[in-house]
Amino acid sequence: MALLEVEHLDVRFPLRHGEIRAVRDVSFALDRGERLGIVGESGAGKSVLAFSLLRLLSRPGRIARGQVRFEGQELTQLSDRQLRRIRGNRVAMIFQDPLTTLNPVLTIGQQMIESLKAHRRISSRRARSVALHKLRQVQVSSPEQRLAQYPHQLSGGLCQRVVIAIALLLDPDIIIADEPTTALDVTIQAEIIALLKQLCEKHNVGLIVISHDLGVIGRLTQRLLVMYAGRIVEQGPTREIINDAQHPYTQGLINALPQMALPRQPLAQIPGNMPSLSQVPGGCAFHPRCRYRFTPQGQPRRDCSERVPEAVVSGDSQVACHWVRELIATLPIEKETT
Amino acid sequence: MILFLMRRLLQAVAVMFVISVVGFAIQDGLGDPVRQMLGPTATDAESTGLRHSLGLDRPLWMQYLHFAGDAVELNFGDSYFFHEPALDVIARYLPATLELVAASAVITLLLSVPMGIFCAIRPRSWLARGLMGLSLLGISVPVFLSAMVLIQLFSIGIQVTLFPTGTGWGQWLNQLLSIQGGMPAYGRGNPVHVWGVWYTNFASWQGLLYLLLPALSLAFVMLPLFVRLIHAEMLEVLESDYVKYAKARGLRPSRIYFLHALKNTLLPVVTLGGVQIGTLVAYTLLTETVFQWPGAGLMFLDAIERADMPLIVAYLMVVGLMFVVTNTLVDLLYRVLNPRITLSGRSA
Repeated sequence: MALLEVEHLDVRFPLRHGEIRAVRDVSFALDRGERLGIVGESGAGKSVLAFSLLRLLSRPGRIARGQVRFEGQELTQLSDRQLRRIRGNRVAMIFQDPLTTLNPVLTIGQQMIESLKAHRRISSRRARSVALHKLRQVQVSSPEQRLAQYPHQLSGGLCQRVVIAIALLLDPDIIIADEPTTALDVTIQAEIIALLKQLCEKHNVGLIVISHDLGVIGRLTQRLLVMYAGRIVEQGPTREIINDAQHPYTQGLINALPQMALPRQPLAQIPGNMPSLSQVPGGCAFHPRCRYRFTPQGQPRRDCSERVPEAVVSGDSQVACHWVRELIATLPIEKETT
Repeated sequence: MILFLMRRLLQAVAVMFVISVVGFAIQDGLGDPVRQMLGPTATDAESTGLRHSLGLDRPLWMQYLHFAGDAVELNFGDSYFFHEPALDVIARYLPATLELVAASAVITLLLSVPMGIFCAIRPRSWLARGLMGLSLLGISVPVFLSAMVLIQLFSIGIQVTLFPTGTGWGQWLNQLLSIQGGMPAYGRGNPVHVWGVWYTNFASWQGLLYLLLPALSLAFVMLPLFVRLIHAEMLEVLESDYVKYAKARGLRPSRIYFLHALKNTLLPVVTLGGVQIGTLVAYTLLTETVFQWPGAGLMFLDAIERADMPLIVAYLMVVGLMFVVTNTLVDLLYRVLNPRITLSGRSA
């Protein structure tokens, strides 16, 4: 049994006029110590998915359907009190902007110690020494001083290290990191990624990283989910997807990376924009932007605009695309041998 | 820090100067103090003599310079009516006003913080909706009206005779809906003498009873404003990343609301509160009139009627000083609450 199992998760935001379906029928699993990336454009529903796991959705968001099982325990059914014992303790979170994440009017020490005391019966002195230990682990310089400082006295990179230290305080099983490096300078980004990776490996902590940056995800994770308009369109081992993406959207994302561009050639783009989550096109949500929506003969594929594609499973990977399904159906032998 | 205080001192001097000039400039519009002092039967010779001895026959700017010279030595001249130094008169009346202001500030604080927080945490509950509606009403009701209503309800009382008085249940219902009244609504009662120098309403039950209605009516000036402000700030803070992060860390809701959220909510509340202390002092003019509370506000209104110039100007100066002092204290308190602020002599 996987450590975390998400099945058919639907998250909706009921509004006065209709509702927004931010996450649609999402299923995935995370093993102990595994590092999973979730990638997609802004508005694809990645962050909503991350926050819905611990039921931290902002009003009026709610989980409309599906299960989130942590160690076999159904999180969507727990009382607030039971859930509180898991939040921060078994499953920790790292937010996007470290400068707005930490409370500006409380010291680093206060915030670290309160986290410990919320879940353990522990003396203040003991909590302080645990906090110091964790700050050293994330390589924060002069940790004693930091405890007495306020968040605004620290740089963004340092703050994010503190947030990582807080995430590690209670030795969690999973850390969910929502765009952990987006708000940071590029030079700091690499350090934070390396640190996260090293600490998760060392302590055997599962990691779910949300990012729109394939570079970050590529270095940090073993498995990858690609989200588009609230759905998972492709998932599989990170390396496989980056080297040989199946879904036309993933291919577009990877071709748009500067590293993939030929010298003196303009960067590849995916034409059009991702639809707003309140007006997702029928059928495959990506079909208006997809270059495979026509058959080689120039006929529009009717499936693409009419039916939501089901996931095609091959080995560790899944792709939700009518074109890929057709491809596999016509070339079964070739696909198996490659 | 020292630079900051020095800057504040300079500001205070500037504020005081402007107040004194304004106070002086309006004195011609208030009537003739000599006439007030001598009565209608005075002869021309008498009034000219008094006018000369008071220095009122000199040009206005000379009067002002003379006044300013004395004011620097904290001498605002003798009150025309009381025939004693104006500051002494104010010192006699001010404590009653300050007690009133302090009591209503405490009432405002004790009621508005829990109400505002509750309305933000449970915005859909009926109680919260009711409170928010009432607060809107409260902002619009002038203080003399709320004072009258308080007096009618709790001092005079209401006798309900809606139900038939012949029957037992009718009488019982009438009794149930009636309000006894009987709360004191006139004057200070008999304040207790503490430490030989301080008459106070705080030190005895009877004193507190006399204080209650005036303080409540004065509190109604600020209470709705504060409830709405705390409510709005709290709502905003509850949407912030750090509150969400606190939840994600599994902290108890009470700690999130009353430490993480409240401490951030209080910043603008303290700022407004400081300014409003001064406004409360100003509103005592109305409250003290309705309740005949013998404080500085009532004294000031009398002084205006008597065109008692030294007293008027001295009162304005004292109130102006109180504004400056409370605002400075608020800035100091703000620094304690908000570590991002450091006070310096330079302007931000």
